[in-house]
Amino acid sequence: MTTIGVDAPGAEKAWDDGGRYVPPPESVKPPKKGFVPPWRNPWRRPYVLATVTWVYILWSLVPVLIAVQFSFNDSRSRSSWNGFTTAWYCCGTEEGSIAEGTSVFGSGANDALLNALQNSLTLGVVTTLIAVPIGTALALGLTRWRSRTSNVANAVSLFPLVTPELVLGSALYLVISTLYTQIGLGRNALILGHVTFSISFILVIVRGRLVSIGNEFETAAQDLGATRMQAIRTVLLPMLIPAIFAASMITFAASLDDFVVSNFLYGDASQITVPVLLYSAVKAAPSPALNALATLLLMGTMAALLLAYLVLRLRRKGEGGSALDDLAGVEM
Amino acid sequence: MAVAEAVAEGRKDAATRFLWPSLAVPGTAWLIALFVVPFYGIMAVAFSSQLDILGQPIPAWNPLKWDFTVMGQVIDQSISGSYRSGWEHTFIYTALAMTLCVLIGYPVAYYVARLARGNRGLLLALILAPWWINYLTRMLAWVGILGDEGYANDIVRFFGFAKVDWLGGQWYVVVIALVYGYLPFFIVPLYAYLDRIDQSLIEASRDLGANTFRTFFRVTLPLSRIGLITAMVITALPMFGDYYTNTLVSNSPTTVMVGNSIEESIQSGFSRGQGASLVLLLSAVLLIFMAYYLILTVRASREAR
Repeated sequence: MTTIGVDAPGAEKAWDDGGRYVPPPESVKPPKKGFVPPWRNPWRRPYVLATVTWVYILWSLVPVLIAVQFSFNDSRSRSSWNGFTTAWYCCGTEEGSIAEGTSVFGSGANDALLNALQNSLTLGVVTTLIAVPIGTALALGLTRWRSRTSNVANAVSLFPLVTPELVLGSALYLVISTLYTQIGLGRNALILGHVTFSISFILVIVRGRLVSIGNEFETAAQDLGATRMQAIRTVLLPMLIPAIFAASMITFAASLDDFVVSNFLYGDASQITVPVLLYSAVKAAPSPALNALATLLLMGTMAALLLAYLVLRLRRKGEGGSALDDLAGVEM
Repeated sequence: MAVAEAVAEGRKDAATRFLWPSLAVPGTAWLIALFVVPFYGIMAVAFSSQLDILGQPIPAWNPLKWDFTVMGQVIDQSISGSYRSGWEHTFIYTALAMTLCVLIGYPVAYYVARLARGNRGLLLALILAPWWINYLTRMLAWVGILGDEGYANDIVRFFGFAKVDWLGGQWYVVVIALVYGYLPFFIVPLYAYLDRIDQSLIEASRDLGANTFRTFFRVTLPLSRIGLITAMVITALPMFGDYYTNTLVSNSPTTVMVGNSIEESIQSGFSRGQGASLVLLLSAVLLIFMAYYLILTVRASREAR
């Protein structure tokens, strides 16, 4: 009469037949308060993982800061510190300057360094201007067009994402030097190469946004009397702008960052880009001017990203979520 | 009147039916001309049988005229000859670097995605930062630190040891440089996956009596399996094709990787045929990774539709 529920066979009864409470045997009593081993306590603070994370972050960023430091080194060495100077950036011809003839800007500037910086920036802009429209159109086309041919096109357009740059670079190098000989190695080849590896990730970014928008908005616009083209122009494209903007910034940054494809295609020294110059100069004649150049490139990339972040945050207001997650989510 | 309208409507449909395919045409054509054809070009060069006056192979565009002599030589050299050490180094360094990436990268991604609270935004920005810093800049930084008079040797000497020739062809420097270079590309995709795991599943596991370790190995790890594999594939593909990291921190024949042989024979040497054959072999090795990643991506995009 006092038994609650049905006891499982073999389980200790909490009440005896007379209805009196029977305490459980010593062995199943809850552990005494006090010491709880850390692996039994799911609410402890994760000190170990926090330490690992911070050590990793320091390890990943401090070397870069040291490289920036050495762009101000008052010596030709890139590894032993000898005091502060800005000669590697500008005006290296001053009396007895250490950076004579090799600073990036100003009098006594080394044309090769400035030229490489200009080449990289031009290439980044041109690549973005060509690749983003092509990639966006491809994303629109492949998302909405369903057929057997579109499946093949889909597979072809994803392959560059997974092809190592070494394979893409050497393939383009071979084909430009044997089949597409009228293009020639140099600026045009660089643009073609950079657009080729950019199209696929623009496709992935824009398509992700397209899928999350769905096609209800276009249908609604068409129901309200818009033609299909009007629906795309006035409804769909404005909604795609954040994704297109993010894709543009990433294309620009990826083009500035690219080494392998550029190294195969740049042709002669006048068309060299910053990463290729850094690579060849480290092997030949390293000096803090290289660090200065790398620092300028770093500042350019950071400025582009900060801009992207601020714009995304502005667009995101009221939508919830964080712009940083957007930037983290755009990788493949 | 109604018939005329219907006819006009039909005509409009026909005009817009080609809208989506025609939007896809420029991109597809670009990728065929500059991705598919060049890849075929590698085969045409690798399987060519004729040399021009400079001793470079003339591409054999007709598959009926393909000749596999050079490919056979390269395979022989890869199994037991001059390319063998390059392949060995590639596999061993990539495997070691991959292991280190998992051991360092998983805890970091896990902490930032699941445990960090107040400063999560800052942490995310900091683990994203190296992704955007030029790869060559980051390697250059290490070349400075590991130089003869660099900070690394300052530390070594501070503890009373003789200075180390870090950049003189040390295999462990190459492996650590690979880890340093590619770890950001490992952490970020894994972070995205770990971030998506439903916290209630982990709590359920705890409620059902599993301790921290058991919860991790029975719940969290299986749920992040796809993310872990994706991150590994994303990192392994460029590592297999890497040659510049090796050149910058070692530049010694004792650590040569297959990428170095490819770059040298295609660009600077007079053996494009051998280089193209090596590229084909490398692609064949990587095909299994690439196919796996492609299938995952296609499946994910199909689920999202």
